[in-house]
Amino acid sequence: MNPWPFVISAYWVAVCLPAGLLAWAFVSMRRAEAAADDLKRK
Amino acid sequence: MHALANPTRFLRLARPLTIWLLIVGVVMTIGGMAAGLALTPPDYLQGETVRIIYIHVPSAWLGMMGWAGIAAASVSQLVWRHPLAAVAGRAVAPAGATFAAVCLITGSIWGRPTWGTWWEWDGRLTSMLILFFLYLGYIALASAERERGGEGRIAALYGLVGAINLPIIHYSVLWWRTLHQGESIGLTGSTIDNSILWPLPLTMIGFSCLFGAAVLMRMRAELSEAKVEARMRRMGRG
Repeated sequence: MNPWPFVISAYWVAVCLPAGLLAWAFVSMRRAEAAADDLKRK
Repeated sequence: MHALANPTRFLRLARPLTIWLLIVGVVMTIGGMAAGLALTPPDYLQGETVRIIYIHVPSAWLGMMGWAGIAAASVSQLVWRHPLAAVAGRAVAPAGATFAAVCLITGSIWGRPTWGTWWEWDGRLTSMLILFFLYLGYIALASAERERGGEGRIAALYGLVGAINLPIIHYSVLWWRTLHQGESIGLTGSTIDNSILWPLPLTMIGFSCLFGAAVLMRMRAELSEAKVEARMRRMGRG
């Protein structure tokens, strides 16, 4: 059995899931901070 | 801990720390993964699949440490009523769930060529799967409690009770000698040869920094959302 497809798939999962988490956390932070700043200015 | 009870003081520290954690996390993770894929020799028994440990072990560690963080935040909330404790618990949960999922999926991928099966109801695998479900339950409970305007005490109690699973995961390989191998990396040393082991600290530090950055970003988002909600309430009254 060729092990490389398994190794590459595992690394793909280890990149994609944390990258998705970070992207979601970043977007939600930027949105929330922008909304708070907008309200402060008003 | 108590010095950071003031959200303004916490944010002053969190803003630069988020960026640094992201930079160090990305650099260390990419370096560790590249070294794990290209610079280490294959294992004499596992062959090339040994390279999965560089991502599997840090994910398992962070999945467990995430819940330890939730338990610490729960104690802080229930005993000292730390104003940021519930926010911290809610911020840690998605990151912990993500790394627990990475641990389960990469372990399953490693298991197919090594054990000949994607999944086995072994003590370690099952207790880790339970941890993942505990995270999902915590996320649902904490957000439902927040929507109802609660202080997050039920979620804190759940966080404490769920911590019982941590020693079960840790000692599962000793209590039930089934398929998952015993502890190969401990506080006093490792049974893995240094020529294979050396990229592991890089991914451990890298993943931990990314975990920390995700938690800080979620905490900042929650604090800003709370600020908006409070201001809207005041405007509604005024």
